[in-house]
Amino acid sequence: MDLSGANLQIDSFEELALPLFDQLYNFAHWLTQNRDEAEDLVQETYVKALKGFPSFQLGTNFRAWIYRIMRNTFLTSRKGLKVTMTVPLDFDEEEEGPEPAIEHATPETLLLASSSHESLQRAIDELPVQFREILLLCEVEEMSYQEISDTLAVPIGTVMSRLSRARKTLRNQLRPQLQQEAGLRIPRGTNHGL
Amino acid sequence: MVCESWKARLDTYLDGELPHEELRTFDSHVRHCPACSPDALSRVQLKRAIHLAGKRFTPSAEFRKRMQQSMAPKARRSFRVGWMLAAAVVLVVGTLTSTYLGNRSGRDQVFSEIADLHVATLASSSPVDVISTDRHTVKPWFQGKIPFAFNLPELQNNEFSLLGGRMTYLEQTPGAHLIYDVRKHHISVFVFQERSLPAKLSDSAFQPGKLSFNMETWSQGGLRYFVIGDASAADIDSLAKLFKAAS
Repeated sequence: MDLSGANLQIDSFEELALPLFDQLYNFAHWLTQNRDEAEDLVQETYVKALKGFPSFQLGTNFRAWIYRIMRNTFLTSRKGLKVTMTVPLDFDEEEEGPEPAIEHATPETLLLASSSHESLQRAIDELPVQFREILLLCEVEEMSYQEISDTLAVPIGTVMSRLSRARKTLRNQLRPQLQQEAGLRIPRGTNHGL
Repeated sequence: MVCESWKARLDTYLDGELPHEELRTFDSHVRHCPACSPDALSRVQLKRAIHLAGKRFTPSAEFRKRMQQSMAPKARRSFRVGWMLAAAVVLVVGTLTSTYLGNRSGRDQVFSEIADLHVATLASSSPVDVISTDRHTVKPWFQGKIPFAFNLPELQNNEFSLLGGRMTYLEQTPGAHLIYDVRKHHISVFVFQERSLPAKLSDSAFQPGKLSFNMETWSQGGLRYFVIGDASAADIDSLAKLFKAAS
């Protein structure tokens, strides 16, 4: 190890890892659904990442690498083990057929723009953790399918089918919630079909 | 029924993951199809809503401070032994090796890695993560992925065309990798933060090593640019000038 190499590693880790702090915390909180547990998960992730940094492959994706560490740390935690045990056996099976088109002027389209984030956040919260994490990696972290594949250690085909199922499940969960909100907001007899 | 096959790939299209060759056809269909167009709009709305709603939790100021305080010393402690060993090595080797040679070696390594990144990317089955000829699509894609911003040149009235971009890493430093086409030759443009690079580089145009590539590099606004490809030196220089003018 030469002097500049050691120096570079320390500086590089800080430069790469610290800008991801807020994003990692957000992801950790979504996974654990608890502030204290999220803080512990972030802390443990950084410790493991720092320890493993010398083995980090140059030219590979640091973000996918550290998210993978966080996810694996979560999955081996008590809560992670508990939530993964509740996943149905047919979790990653192919879907029955193409997903039907979203109807025009559904509760989503009518209310998404004006509805509070709470309905959507509640629906995301209620998703199985495997759906929640893939949806967040794609929509919030804006990871490519390849990055998601690297993070979750699954083939790209699985990324696509799991993402599709996650979206479908979310829409199904949103519909009654939003219809309920619509019922509260829109007086009876009002035509909201547009 | 005709649209079922299109709709099955609508999410893939909106995620920007369709293969390059399908993208234009799909784009044209979605824009003009009365069934797919509103469906795509609904899905985009949902994507945007999830994007906003998903940014829900922020770390407390106390936790942030605690992490910042704990991280740096830990990092330095971990490498303390390495530092001591390295210092001894440097003392011995330093008497034998001139600073000039050291700098040149570091510089050559960077150029060699740039050439490797260019070749490896073009050999990949999916060389770009954001596929677009539109600079207004490619530039925002890098937002939040790399710790700096840069400008892409306007390509009207010249032979260059933008194929897309991807994130890249050089010596663990994140950067942008853009791929251009000129008369069937692919040219890579890499952009990194100057201060993050390990070696001091000077602005130059040359052929790196024994490879048959032409390369040009320069520093501008705190960013280090590399333009490399098997196109002629004149083409490399023209693209470099476009970037210099845009920055």
